[in-house]
Amino acid sequence: MTDYTAAGGHGAVPTTGVPSDEKGARRSQPLWEVFVRSRRGLSHTHVGSLHAPDAHMALRNARDLYTRRQEGVSLWVVAAADIVASSPDEKDAFFDPAGDKPYRHPTFYDVPEGLTHL
Amino acid sequence: MRDTAAYALRLGDDALVLGQRLCEWAARSPQIEEDVALLNLALDQLGAARSLLTHAGELEGAGRDEDDLAYLRDEPDWTNALLMELDGGDFGKTMARQLLVAAYQLPLYEALTTSADEGIAGVAGKAVKEVAYHLDHARSWVVRLGDGTEESHRRVQAGLDEVWPYAAELFERDALTERLLAAGVAADPDEVEPQWRRTVEDVLAEATLTVPETTWRPTGGRTGRHTTGFGYLLAELQHLHRSHPGASW
Repeated sequence: MTDYTAAGGHGAVPTTGVPSDEKGARRSQPLWEVFVRSRRGLSHTHVGSLHAPDAHMALRNARDLYTRRQEGVSLWVVAAADIVASSPDEKDAFFDPAGDKPYRHPTFYDVPEGLTHL
Repeated sequence: MRDTAAYALRLGDDALVLGQRLCEWAARSPQIEEDVALLNLALDQLGAARSLLTHAGELEGAGRDEDDLAYLRDEPDWTNALLMELDGGDFGKTMARQLLVAAYQLPLYEALTTSADEGIAGVAGKAVKEVAYHLDHARSWVVRLGDGTEESHRRVQAGLDEVWPYAAELFERDALTERLLAAGVAADPDEVEPQWRRTVEDVLAEATLTVPETTWRPTGGRTGRHTTGFGYLLAELQHLHRSHPGASW
């Protein structure tokens, strides 16, 4: 079973056996995934990725690349290699079974009349 | 008023000329992330420069706006410190200069937030947050380059050795600063310098770099005597405006 990791927001890449032309200089600048919280109360949302030599610089690069138009009040960076991704091969087994179970959506409740703030 | 105008012009010229030097890194940085980072720093400097030049023009009262001051002055009329105009060299030299400048601009702008001149105090209030990040950025890189590989250490030390003597000019006092200190407008160089030195020495120690020893104190920027490369910088900065007066897009 192949393991998959995040790939710059493009889905999943196997952790082994992927041909790469990345040479020394680029390898010393691994990939980081960036998450921005746009304002208090909202969750951090994935916005993209970047290269940086370490976590400290990754956070600063994220600040410079992804929050220069006031997009956020908080930043996370995560080493892309540390993210475990679901495999495209498992898509059917993972996600299709949920397809015919509409009762999981909260749409079958009758909302009492006069109820507000729901 | 004329004194304050001249002082605002010094601050503005420092910011504009450094911003122009940083712009030269566009599409030349070691990585695309750093390209954006350096240009963000340049835009901060440019923003401060625009406010300061506009303010200087208004105080002067001769009808000159920010564009007139930026595009239509010749070398002897520019009052930036020489440190700002030195060519960027390699990334190590650029980061060494960034460290020296940011460690100066942070306590400088902090002091100027209480300037008796409201225009300068306003610009300083905004710039303090910006240069705090400039210092963080420069510190991060200088430490990584200095305490990095043998070559990165050698190159950032060489860059530091080149720019170091020019830092002394930042803390010079002259008749103008004395009058404006008495009026509560200027920042006191004698108070800014120890803060600068403490910051810089801390970073250099962490970066395993050596504080250069020199007695050479190049000076002249505040009175319009500039280095050879400054003319080329001005040519690039000004040629469009001078070739096509009033051009806009």
